[in-house]
Amino acid sequence: MADRPLSPHLQIWKWGPHMLVSILHRITGDGMALVGLAIGLWWLGALASGEEAYGLFYELASSIPGHIVLIGLSWAFFTHMMSGLRHFVLDIGAGYELDTNKMWSILAPVIAIILTVAFWAWILLK
Amino acid sequence: MGNGTSIGRVRGLGSAREGAHHWLLQRFTAIGNLVLMLWLITSFALLPDLTYPTVREWLAQPLSAAAMALLLVSVFWHARLGLQVLIEDYVHEAGSKFALVVLLNLAAIAGAVFGVFCVVRIALTPLGGAA
Repeated sequence: MADRPLSPHLQIWKWGPHMLVSILHRITGDGMALVGLAIGLWWLGALASGEEAYGLFYELASSIPGHIVLIGLSWAFFTHMMSGLRHFVLDIGAGYELDTNKMWSILAPVIAIILTVAFWAWILLK
Repeated sequence: MGNGTSIGRVRGLGSAREGAHHWLLQRFTAIGNLVLMLWLITSFALLPDLTYPTVREWLAQPLSAAAMALLLVSVFWHARLGLQVLIEDYVHEAGSKFALVVLLNLAAIAGAVFGVFCVVRIALTPLGGAA
């Protein structure tokens, strides 16, 4: 392993949007896998356990720190969803032209933020 | 390396012809996640509130329970594949890598089973009845 050549790592390259969207995809995906799934199982377990357990979850989720975590997770979801959809397009061999690639690298995370804001506006204002 | 067969000398050192399978499953489960997560988010947005009786009654319906069980399988499978890549990329010591992948498999299966069990219990326990 040790004597094999290594490819240059992140700090070697000049940063561009395509690198940002790539690392965001990994961070949001693995973040959701480690934090989101644990909270999701907690929510389901509380719901299955009864009113008291769910009440505790609900109280914590409704608090300011709870909202920060949930808003963060929803942002992670929408960001991962948008960069995932971008991956589907790249998978069929489209979207590699430099301008197109750059445009969607910027648009994917921006649309994700808009979706996050829209979702929470709907939830909090309804 | 030993003096094994030519295939034996390269096994585990690169493509073991599992990459395409992993890649495809990541996409299949991604499509499942996309459809089912959009269902979950839309459901959250459309429920009148997210209090215990409302959410419990909603998830006890056969369609919701089935969708939630499918979401759990799809999302835990997808997470398992994603975290496996994370481990493979950043853990370079063979023993640690193996141990982490084993742990990941156990945790992913345990998580999915626990989630599906909760859904079954919610779906089959009447509200207000003996828990």
